[in-house]
Amino acid sequence: MIVLPILIPLAFGIFSLLAWKAPRLQRGLALAGTSLLTASAVAILLDVRRTGVSALQIGSWPAPYGITLAADGLSSLMLLTAAVIALAAALYGQAGIDPGRVRSGYYPLFHFLLMGVNGAFLTGDIFNLYVWFEVMLMSSFVLIALGGERRNIEGAVKYVILNLLASILFLSAIGLLYNLAGTLNMADLARQLPLLGAPNQITLVAVLFLAAFGIKSAAFPLFFWLPASYHTPPVTITALFSGLLTKVGVYALIRVFTLLFTQDTQYTRTVLLILAGFTMVTGVLGAAAQTDFRRLLSFHIISQIGYPLMGLALFSQSALAASIYFLVHVMLAKTALFLVAGLVESLQGSFDLKKLGGLYSARTGLALLFLLPALSLAGLPPLSGFFAKLALVRAGLEQGQGVIVAVSLAVSLMTLYSMTKVWNEAFWKPAAVPVPRRRLSAWLWAPTLGLVLVSLLIGIFPAPLLELSNQAAALLTNTQPYLEAVIGGMP
Amino acid sequence: MTSFLLSLTGGLLAALAAPWLTRRFPKRSGWLLALAPLGILVSLMNLLPALRNGESPSVSLAWAESLGLSATFQLDGLGALLAALVAGIGALVLIYGGAYLSGHPNLTRFYVVVLLFMTAMLGLAVSANALLLFIFWELTSITSFLLIGFEHERPAARAAAWQALLVTGGGGLALLAGFILLGNLTGSYEIPQWIAQKEVIAASPQSTAAFLLILAGAMTKSAQFPFHFWLPNAMEAPTPVSAYLHSATMVKAGVFLLARLLPALGGLPAWQGLIPWIGLATLLTGALLSLGQADLKKLLAYTTVASLGALVMLLGINTPLSVKAAMVFLPAHALYKGALFLVAGGVDHAVHTRDIRDLGGLGRAMPLTAAAAGLAALSMAGIPPFFGFIAKEVVYESALGAPALAAWVTALTILANIILAAAAGWVALAPFWEKARKDLHPHEGGAGLWLPPLILAALGLVSGLLPELAAKNWIAPAVSSVLGKPYEVKLSLWHGLNLPLLFSLITLLAAVLLYTLRVAARSADADAWQHLARFGPAAMYARGLKGLLSFAALQTRLLQSGYLRVYVLFITLFTVGMALPPALLSMRALPPAVWTGVRFYDVILVLIIVTAAFFVVRATSRLATIALLGAIGFSIAILFLLYSAPDLAMTQFAVETLTVILFVLVIYRLPKFSRLSSRPARLRDILIAGLGGLMMTLLMLVVSYHGQDSRLASFFMENSLPKAYGRNVVNVILVDFRGFDTLGEITVLAIAAVGVFALVRGAAKRKGERHE
Repeated sequence: MIVLPILIPLAFGIFSLLAWKAPRLQRGLALAGTSLLTASAVAILLDVRRTGVSALQIGSWPAPYGITLAADGLSSLMLLTAAVIALAAALYGQAGIDPGRVRSGYYPLFHFLLMGVNGAFLTGDIFNLYVWFEVMLMSSFVLIALGGERRNIEGAVKYVILNLLASILFLSAIGLLYNLAGTLNMADLARQLPLLGAPNQITLVAVLFLAAFGIKSAAFPLFFWLPASYHTPPVTITALFSGLLTKVGVYALIRVFTLLFTQDTQYTRTVLLILAGFTMVTGVLGAAAQTDFRRLLSFHIISQIGYPLMGLALFSQSALAASIYFLVHVMLAKTALFLVAGLVESLQGSFDLKKLGGLYSARTGLALLFLLPALSLAGLPPLSGFFAKLALVRAGLEQGQGVIVAVSLAVSLMTLYSMTKVWNEAFWKPAAVPVPRRRLSAWLWAPTLGLVLVSLLIGIFPAPLLELSNQAAALLTNTQPYLEAVIGGMP
Repeated sequence: MTSFLLSLTGGLLAALAAPWLTRRFPKRSGWLLALAPLGILVSLMNLLPALRNGESPSVSLAWAESLGLSATFQLDGLGALLAALVAGIGALVLIYGGAYLSGHPNLTRFYVVVLLFMTAMLGLAVSANALLLFIFWELTSITSFLLIGFEHERPAARAAAWQALLVTGGGGLALLAGFILLGNLTGSYEIPQWIAQKEVIAASPQSTAAFLLILAGAMTKSAQFPFHFWLPNAMEAPTPVSAYLHSATMVKAGVFLLARLLPALGGLPAWQGLIPWIGLATLLTGALLSLGQADLKKLLAYTTVASLGALVMLLGINTPLSVKAAMVFLPAHALYKGALFLVAGGVDHAVHTRDIRDLGGLGRAMPLTAAAAGLAALSMAGIPPFFGFIAKEVVYESALGAPALAAWVTALTILANIILAAAAGWVALAPFWEKARKDLHPHEGGAGLWLPPLILAALGLVSGLLPELAAKNWIAPAVSSVLGKPYEVKLSLWHGLNLPLLFSLITLLAAVLLYTLRVAARSADADAWQHLARFGPAAMYARGLKGLLSFAALQTRLLQSGYLRVYVLFITLFTVGMALPPALLSMRALPPAVWTGVRFYDVILVLIIVTAAFFVVRATSRLATIALLGAIGFSIAILFLLYSAPDLAMTQFAVETLTVILFVLVIYRLPKFSRLSSRPARLRDILIAGLGGLMMTLLMLVVSYHGQDSRLASFFMENSLPKAYGRNVVNVILVDFRGFDTLGEITVLAIAAVGVFALVRGAAKRKGERHE
């Protein structure tokens, strides 16, 4: 069953290719595909909750010889969140993606992107992870470039070159790791690496992974590709990317640093902690310098990546649980905010905060759709961002890490600053030109509302998700069940 | 208790019903909505007998147990006192707001947000879990933000709302950190647990940090020096909001928090050592700055700052007497200050100015408002038989018992009180009974405008005349719950001839003198205040924010420069720098270099690669570059061949050949080759590229020294034919053992094909558009 989140987008990607000349069919297929995907993700989450870890040996070749897929708590939560975001993007795209892009192959790329993302969440093989990253990279690159205008291409070129740099580092790291341990299966690696007696060498490889995934997750000082490219495609694509891409990078960091590099950890965790702090600060300062709705949100993606990294660096079970909860929260809230930015743009024709205004008086509903996820991002209670922050700060203070806690709190104040800046400019300030009275397409506002409601739900009733995050974190700190599910009792 | 909690949802229901009610009953909506807080007040009164007996009913619901958050509500005397003020004044403010904002397009929003605020504030009053309290605390900040910015088309209102939110929000974060420190220390977030473990807290070195953080939260919320500046700016809010949030209730939250935590933290040396001085500084700042105000609301705001300072000072002194004084002064202040704000709003509403230099002669036309103003001002000035008099007496009594420098504390408190009493006159007597300087055409507003302040002011008189009633029902339970033990409170107008009475007399006489000098009206014109303001904390806040923003802009320009080459440079340098420490450590494990088995063709191939690479970077034509790159590629392919990887070599040959052919095909379509970077930049780039190369080489060396044979190869060899039915092991790996990888890779190719198609199509379309 756990292969479904890879097969469903693959199948629908192929269907969409077959329906090349039938754009309306492709739009329908996107809804069907993402709905099925969400259903499969729910099924996997329920299954994993019961069994702990479920593994699948592709082609029945036993681990570590073939490729293994494994779904644990972390994977299944990420899968479900990604599927929900994909569903929202599919709905939003019905009106948000222009016919030109659909004719140029938007939908096949959309499905293939999801395939790559899900593959990355599910694979138990480090080289296979690389393959899924390539699938993701290629499809996201083409999605950015699709418009074919100068700024699309410029953004896409920077995006692809910097990400290829990450791929090179990633691939080199895999090569070195294979050379060291002679295996690619991550569970097998987890068993072999401690036996090697070469801690410094392993740390060296770990550093390469850190750099590669650091680029992917847009951590300081490797985030340049993100602000360079995220503001160029249509907002549906930006929203989808903001919910998925960097988060897969963080997922990969969490996976390799909890499963593989758990021996000599002081150096890597210190580096991670410092990076987490700088990521939060530079991202939020970058946002403070922006006057464009979408660019501002893009910088906040970076800033928010610092928080799950902080949890990873702290590495206690409570810290990891906080990171996981934070990831789910930020994926939903951030995507919702981008979708709101799209709604604003569709009304007033601009992302420029100087040109926006008057939306609080003219569009109270829209104002609420912005305010809730925005305040959640800033960590105000009782929204999901508050519980995420609370959990992280608790975990940090438990370990006496006052500095990073202080940084994270100061950054959340700056986030509040940015979010209320948008509020002041786009919603409170009088409009330069009257806000049009026309109705917004339900394709646009309904999925936005849906995401905001989900985000609200995990905030007001945080206990179930906190519980799931905690279970997932328990499997990260004690990897024995994962190893047993993947390679059995084999030494 | 459950019924009281249920009654709280009445506020939320009213918020939901407000839009409909406002449409259906545009004139009476405020009166109808006021039923919700009145209901809450009634259900609170039902619990009074229990509270008087020292009970504190509680209800606990699960919320997020794993984080220590449970919805534990507990009503004690302190909470009841605050809740009564919130609900009672809330009802009056809804009535008043309906009249004040009658016909305003956003009246509905006013109702909704005020009702939400009220519910949050009531929640705050009955929270027994620190995190729960924090949630309500932040909700009051957000609703306050929305209400200060109610007239959001005005830039000043937006700026004031923003400032208030950031200052209180920053304090809120400190508060959260303090709570979590205490939570980690005691293993619980239930405030009764903290009180029970006060010895644990006192013994821990962390508790001072926690205390300071919590204090910072309380200081921002209750506008204590040096964070007081947001409160006068918040007067941008509509007057009912100022009366309710920024005078009577929300700004008392910090005071309330200190009172709530006094039993747990009051024993810390920093409590008595620090808080009284903060309070005294705020008291003096507020009183002195009120002298320079000509705007009724600003004048009231500064006196509010002063009163909040007095409350904080009293709690800081932390004697049973001072706690009692705080619990008396808190409602006394809420009653008269709330009334005066509403009066100021009524004046503004009637004659459209709040400048005390222009106001005068309103008494005849607005007798009811004038009556409310007079009653409230007499209480504020501390004249018997008003409640304010009793409060001032106990305040003086407490100041005399201050832990340190009691004489100074008392003297300064008297000084501040003189100013505050004079201010009461400027606000409530001068506009009504002095001669008018302008023709203002005053008129009395509807009952909604004069009744609420009159009720508040009258309550101040009634409580003064019947002090035992207030003492028994409200003050004594509150003092008992702050002190953590039953405490009998006796209040009376006549204490006999003693020092406080003498001080009261001095205060009054001096205040009358000050009033007649009209210092406020005169000095409002003076430049001195402007000069002073440049050094005030508000200016520091503005400078700090501006500095931060310029720094943000600078660092963003530096990091996100827009140049791809700079990005690559950063990434390379960072990776090398990060890898350096472990690389140096692992180098130590390397054995001395030994040259074994070097074949002469290895050397030749490496030489070709190095030479070609050298010339690639120096080449000035594209063709040469491609040729040289081709040479490098082919040499590497031969190396693969020599090291027994023929399949890899074949692939490499094919790729290299194709690349060169493709390049040659497109080369004439590319722009002219040119060198853009300067010589120093190139030197820098060479250095960094060299570093990157060196690091990779080093990595290969140290890792391959520890390398192991593949654990997979033998399995592939053995099983390829018998199980996968293929003789070519590489093929079997690609299509069977690791066929899943191949699935991914072909998907990548398919995506690339779509991409090429889309880009070519886009280019063709643009070309077509150009031709048209």
